[in-house]
Amino acid sequence: MDAVIVNHLRKVYQDKTAVDDVSFAVKKGELFGLIGPDGAGKTSIFRVLTTLLLPDGGNATVDGFDVVKDYKAIRNLAGYMPGKFSLYQDLTVEENLHFFATVFKTTVEENYDLIKDIYIQIEPFKKRRAGKLSGGMKQKLALCCALIHRPSVLFLDEPTTGVDPVSRKEFWEMLRKLKEQEITIIVSTPYMDEAVLCDRIALIQDGKILSIDTPTAIVAAYPDDLYAVKADQMHQLLKVLQGLSIVKDSYAFGEYAHVTYEGNLLQELNSVGLTGIDLHPTPVTIEDCFIKLLKEKQ
Amino acid sequence: MIRTDKLTKRFGDFIATNEITFEVEKGEIFGFLGANGAGKTTAMRMLCGLSIPSSGSATIAGFDVYKQTEQIKKNIGYMSQKFSLYEDLTVAENIRFFGGIYGLSNQQLKTKSQQLLHDLGLEKEAKKLVGSLPLGWKQKLSFSIAVLHDPKIVFLDEPTGGVDPITRRQFWNLIYDAADRGVTVFVTTHYMDEAEYCNRISIMVDGRIKALDTPRNLKNNFHAESMDEVFYALARSAKRSE
Repeated sequence: MDAVIVNHLRKVYQDKTAVDDVSFAVKKGELFGLIGPDGAGKTSIFRVLTTLLLPDGGNATVDGFDVVKDYKAIRNLAGYMPGKFSLYQDLTVEENLHFFATVFKTTVEENYDLIKDIYIQIEPFKKRRAGKLSGGMKQKLALCCALIHRPSVLFLDEPTTGVDPVSRKEFWEMLRKLKEQEITIIVSTPYMDEAVLCDRIALIQDGKILSIDTPTAIVAAYPDDLYAVKADQMHQLLKVLQGLSIVKDSYAFGEYAHVTYEGNLLQELNSVGLTGIDLHPTPVTIEDCFIKLLKEKQ
Repeated sequence: MIRTDKLTKRFGDFIATNEITFEVEKGEIFGFLGANGAGKTTAMRMLCGLSIPSSGSATIAGFDVYKQTEQIKKNIGYMSQKFSLYEDLTVAENIRFFGGIYGLSNQQLKTKSQQLLHDLGLEKEAKKLVGSLPLGWKQKLSFSIAVLHDPKIVFLDEPTGGVDPITRRQFWNLIYDAADRGVTVFVTTHYMDEAEYCNRISIMVDGRIKALDTPRNLKNNFHAESMDEVFYALARSAKRSE
């Protein structure tokens, strides 16, 4: 059974269409990623699914319940961690957790096993007010509060935005463990490298889904042979690549430039006086796919 | 252009920035990396003349961070993901407003605005409210306004957070162009691929600079394939978070 079904969903704010005919389904126990930049419509989708916003078209269900008619049922079974820190800043860690447990008519003790691994990391600070916690600790507390009523579906809106790479890795470790508890997780992120950690992903931009599949299948569908190239003069190399007719596409990619082309690129690059050229085939990443899809759309 | 010697900031018994020493050359793109809470923001505030150090010394474009904070502010540009532009002013109004604050004459404002709008391809959007622009455009506009008064140094605090991969790369082209014009660029980011675009990088851990070199040398020294690995090797040892 599908835990979440989204069917031709639309959300319009005045003159801006934030969600434009979006459809997808998430299986029970799946870790599903909405991958896209700020303003893509990710938060609007989350707000409709958590019954905080009414859709302007289409419909959606969470665990079989309709987001409009059955909003009360959904509020009991969904866990939601908004992008903006939304706990009570002037309550302590402990008080926040008890508050959310009580609101959902349960106790911290009853579901402690679910949050234990995460909570023990912030337990030394349980008497501290939430507003005084570090960013990483706030994030962990927010996750505990979203889990304390043992939701069947967990919605995480950009939990790792602005978080450094080490803390991001830790957060995804936590999600992997939660998945073992058979909780369905929908997570959004602007970081393309996190996409491969999901079971399936939807790439989203301007309220529309560009592609939806497993990360492996999305990468496999990339139509061209992708190469990485670098030279001693990187900035110049990037400009040269943009001007060559045999180059189909090129863009900076960390230490290298990624390029697709037909013909003898090495010869062309040598002839314009670039030195230290290193050109080799490279595996396609989700970011390459996203760039390709964006350019096709434009 | 930037020179610090044992620059330190204490808050009570907490040492946010601990004896950092480094130099940044004119026209250099300098990446200032570190985990959340490593002390980057505190250090940047001192370098911008917004916070007086507890000890140590630093000069920015030759001006002293203790005594000449007003001159520092006139000679730098600043942009962060959070402090953006005025959303309820138009593109043209924002340019006029910030240009005016930085003391540009009416004549300069006119020429510079036209140039800026032309370079960004925003001529048609000049009369639109900034709030109605896509995030990527806002960030590009915000950067161009931060360098409108031809500052010697521009400080960029996570300028590309949440921006799509194509716009992120266009943004870096703007950074390269500014550096080519001789503007010194001081930038923080959580994207490790962007660390590769910098001439040199420093990585802060628990208030101290733990590594400072070119991306290539850092990877060699840490026997790492990518900057991500270098960062992970250093930041994993961090004792504190934000």
